[in-house]
Amino acid sequence: MATTLPPPKAGELEQPERPGNGSTGNGGWQNLVPADGNLRTIEEYSPPPSSSAIWVGIAAICMSFAAFTSALIVRQGASNDWRHITLPSILFLSTMLLVASSVTLEVARRRVAAHMGGLTSQAVSSKLWLYMTLGLGLLFVAGQYMAWLQLRSEGLYLATNPNSSFFYVFTALHALHVMGGLAGLGRVIRKLGLGTLRRSTLDATSIYWHFMGALWIYLFLLLWMRI
Amino acid sequence: MHEVSAAPAAHHGPPTTFIRKHVFSTDHKVIGIQYYHLALVAVVVGMVLSWLMRIHLGWTNAAIPGLQALSANGAPGGVMTPEYYLQLMTMHATIMVFFVLTTAPFAAFGNYFLPIQTGAEDMPFPHFNMMSFWVTLTGFLVLVSAFFVSDGPPLAGWTSYAPLSAIGKAAGPGQGAGQVIWATALGIFCVGQLLGALNFISTVLDMRCKGMTLSRLPVSAWAWFITSCMGLTAFAVLMPACILLILDHVAGTSFFIPSGLVINDQLIPHSGGSTLLWQHLFWFFGHPEVYIAIVPGMGIVTHVLVTNMRRPMLSMKAILYSMWALAFLSYMVYGHHMFVSGMNPFSSLVFSFPTLMITIPSTIVVLIWIGSLYGSQLRINTASLFALGFISMFVSGGVSGFFLAQPSIDIMLHATYFVVGHFHMVMGVAAMFGIFSGTYFWFPKMYGRMMDETLGKIHFWLTFVGTYCIFMPFHYLGWAGNVRRYAAFTDDYLKPLIPLHQFISVAALFTGAVQLIFIYNFINSRFRGAPAPPNPWEGTSLEWIMPSPPPWNNFGGKDPVVYHDAEQYGVKTASGADYIMQNSPEQALPGGDGD
Repeated sequence: MATTLPPPKAGELEQPERPGNGSTGNGGWQNLVPADGNLRTIEEYSPPPSSSAIWVGIAAICMSFAAFTSALIVRQGASNDWRHITLPSILFLSTMLLVASSVTLEVARRRVAAHMGGLTSQAVSSKLWLYMTLGLGLLFVAGQYMAWLQLRSEGLYLATNPNSSFFYVFTALHALHVMGGLAGLGRVIRKLGLGTLRRSTLDATSIYWHFMGALWIYLFLLLWMRI
Repeated sequence: MHEVSAAPAAHHGPPTTFIRKHVFSTDHKVIGIQYYHLALVAVVVGMVLSWLMRIHLGWTNAAIPGLQALSANGAPGGVMTPEYYLQLMTMHATIMVFFVLTTAPFAAFGNYFLPIQTGAEDMPFPHFNMMSFWVTLTGFLVLVSAFFVSDGPPLAGWTSYAPLSAIGKAAGPGQGAGQVIWATALGIFCVGQLLGALNFISTVLDMRCKGMTLSRLPVSAWAWFITSCMGLTAFAVLMPACILLILDHVAGTSFFIPSGLVINDQLIPHSGGSTLLWQHLFWFFGHPEVYIAIVPGMGIVTHVLVTNMRRPMLSMKAILYSMWALAFLSYMVYGHHMFVSGMNPFSSLVFSFPTLMITIPSTIVVLIWIGSLYGSQLRINTASLFALGFISMFVSGGVSGFFLAQPSIDIMLHATYFVVGHFHMVMGVAAMFGIFSGTYFWFPKMYGRMMDETLGKIHFWLTFVGTYCIFMPFHYLGWAGNVRRYAAFTDDYLKPLIPLHQFISVAALFTGAVQLIFIYNFINSRFRGAPAPPNPWEGTSLEWIMPSPPPWNNFGGKDPVVYHDAEQYGVKTASGADYIMQNSPEQALPGGDGD
């Protein structure tokens, strides 16, 4: 049977309102920046795709690392060849660097929001905080590399024992994801400089970056603990 | 019809060069067609491989002309070696499952029609979408390249069980470079599908036009959305498994290789790995993959049927909830693929229960289809015939699932042709019928021309009969104890079954040849078919409000407004039509069939 429908509501027949950005190549539905690049004219019209897409992406990453976690648990119990390695001490420092980068990014995000709200004085400082985040992120990746060097100097390679295998796999894949985040931060800085940054882009990048921090703490604990 | 006045903005500009328009296009429609063409190429490759296998199974010592050119070692003098049979089997299954059954109903049709059916100009991340296709194509090319390495493709099957898949060349031809290529190709494929799923989910959540509430989404759009949720979580698990498998090969790790393994008098220098770990990771992906292949077909078939029945389904909500239930339960049942792995009988019971449960939503969907069809004046065209064929195959293949869901029976049948018959019918052929149904239904929209209906109906009937001739005897072979994965049947108890194998082989060659009718019809109609009107099937969803084929920006820079769900069939209207399109503010008059 056909669905019984109410008559159209008043105004439903009218043209839906789209931000009159007058731009070329941008969609009014999507919280895009107008062609003149004035950040203050951005309007939140419909949920920007990146706001849900970032959570979708995080869900996929969670699934991947959940699979790796189950592999670690199964492999640890599968045989008696598991030798628990002592984690390189530099990891504690790099963990702090990543946590600090989340703080600096949050400061930057708020300053960009203030800038978009009209406080033009915040433009320079927000970029500075973003550069600080970028620098801390790069230092984190460098720290991971130094941790690998430290393990190598101890004779612990990828195939030495299952624990070292998982250590290298986890840290390498996490570092790859962090580098993706660094690329995202670089894009945010570039767009901020050009005046074409979308608020939703910055928010999505921030969510991803904070997630990278949380994921690292989880992996760090997983590698540190004996399950 | 009501369309909303033009807005100046577009999601991306019109393509200006040939490369941008047809090759590296960000237009979801072009990407959908690219996916479809990839699936067409892949299905031809996969089908030819199945022909080679069937000829070998029917006439084991027969020389196949030209086969030696493909592999001098695998087919000396054109006669297939047992190892090469397994290599072809592995490639056939991998190509079919990933690059046909996943690519065509989900990525191809979904890419083309999901944004249109939601009222969007495009997907939210067109460049990711373009990457998704090119990454998938790269995965396909990498996989096929396995034919051209020295030992050829891997022989471990599409499930690639460890340790066979993990120990390298010592395990047999193709288990060195071929297996690494296989795992790399699937890893690449996973990246492509994850990018696609990201776009699909965001499109449904964020890109719907005004009035397009979730409850008004056409059932096909729901099916693609549900499938993308499954793909997101399933491919995200297969990728880590592939990474670990590659590391076992190239980096000397021992994730899947146990200690003390001696192959061909050669001690494998690994220790402590878990062979079952691969099975767990693989099947956690593998069972949802079955539904990734079939749920889009369910959506397409429902969409086609409701259009041709000219009246709504008995309960579209029940179909939607059932598809969600299938998606959810598909993660609970993966252990039923491992009943013979030596698992604790209690664990078998735990996995058996949800496996039997999953038949409930499947049955609900089938009963709604049949109940809705009962008494309807179905318009018989090729698309609706293939939709009926889908139901037939799904039921025929699904019934054998009841048997295999029970550990005590599965243990007896697991390694036999019964399982081959089951999964080929329920996930292979049924999904193919869904693809054909979608093709005949949407071809006019995609290419702007009508397909030849007479050829289409001939194609349907011959394919329908042919596939039953191939796959129903598989069930009998299974009951008779015919072991699967054997390259030849030399045991005394198997020899009497060889004539049946020959019958199946003839049926396979015949059914494969019948597909030439489809290919001819497809190519001929593409260039010489009658021009398609915007709405040849009198459908209600948004793809039918635009010209055939649609312009690059779908709605011509306008935003559609939606007032109804997509089931406004069998209604009485002022214009005399028996349907109301989703973007029409017209209301049904009392007295329609649907009242």
